Amino acid sequence: MNELIKFVEAENAARRAELPVFSAGDTINVHVKIREGNKERIQVFQGTVIQRKNSGAGESFTVRKVSNGVGVERIFPLLSPNIDKIEVLRLGKVRRARLFYLRGKQGKAARVKEAKKK
Amino acid sequence: MSGIIGKKIGMTSLYKADGSAVACTLIEAGPCVVTQVKTVEKEGYSAIQLGYGEKKEKHTTKSLLGHFKKANTTPKKKLVEFREFENTMNLGDTITSELFAEGDFVDAIGTSKGKGFQGVVKRHGFGGVGGQTHGQHNRGRHPGSIGACSFPSRVFKGLRMAGRTGGNRVKVQNLQVLKVYSDKNLIVVSGSIPGAKNSYVILEK
Repeated sequence: MNELIKFVEAENAARRAELPVFSAGDTINVHVKIREGNKERIQVFQGTVIQRKNSGAGESFTVRKVSNGVGVERIFPLLSPNIDKIEVLRLGKVRRARLFYLRGKQGKAARVKEAKKK
Repeated sequence: MSGIIGKKIGMTSLYKADGSAVACTLIEAGPCVVTQVKTVEKEGYSAIQLGYGEKKEKHTTKSLLGHFKKANTTPKKKLVEFREFENTMNLGDTITSELFAEGDFVDAIGTSKGKGFQGVVKRHGFGGVGGQTHGQHNRGRHPGSIGACSFPSRVFKGLRMAGRTGGNRVKVQNLQVLKVYSDKNLIVVSGSIPGAKNSYVILEK
């Protein structure tokens, strides 16, 4: 990548340092800022990270949860100012980077084993 | 009008305060040197000529060397004329990216990427011929009819057909300047601009 592009994207470094390290399989809480008119409130989206995608300014991650028996996936831009904070609740032990197989599983089969903390 | 010559670096995205992401293009612009000042008295119209990018002396013709010597500068790769330049400039002055401020709206001119010989669907946005059924199997992206029969017995001039595509001078208007890094001669504008990376771009205000 060009040096100048790196230079512009380096402005995200501070924002990136605020965020915790997490990868596919981890269970996380994403605190999302929601604006309604002039009011701003925080909504928490809890689920399993099923993928991290792209790099640089466009990096994003997908979180999946099952809500009332319906699978819900949300894609967040990692560096979005709408993300207030991210909490890592549980580290998952997985053998692949993309956990799309979870989409076809239900109940007990859709669990991810917990990894031992390093 | 005022403007500057630059080089397209590439694209990235920035986040606005409201959380929306904006695709943006980085342009390494300037410093440009005024290599000629044209006046109404002498040339019949007022304009300035800017030079950008270093060139080796041995690759420069003698006539151009003399031209650059007049402006007391080194040989430049790209020369562009700007008509009716807003600020009064003198021979040998430099213009930097500080010409633009954040929030300004600019036009970008570049040479679009060459696409080679392309059909009418890509070149002119034709819809292709109908569907895939009713006995049709080999003309999905054809232009269809190009005219009537015994009258006029010819194809009208300017009818849109397949041919060389891209590689044209294209101007994109109303791009917002999102950031200016004057120490690195870098301008960040919203949206995309024509041309490949490292190609020359003219920014106009």
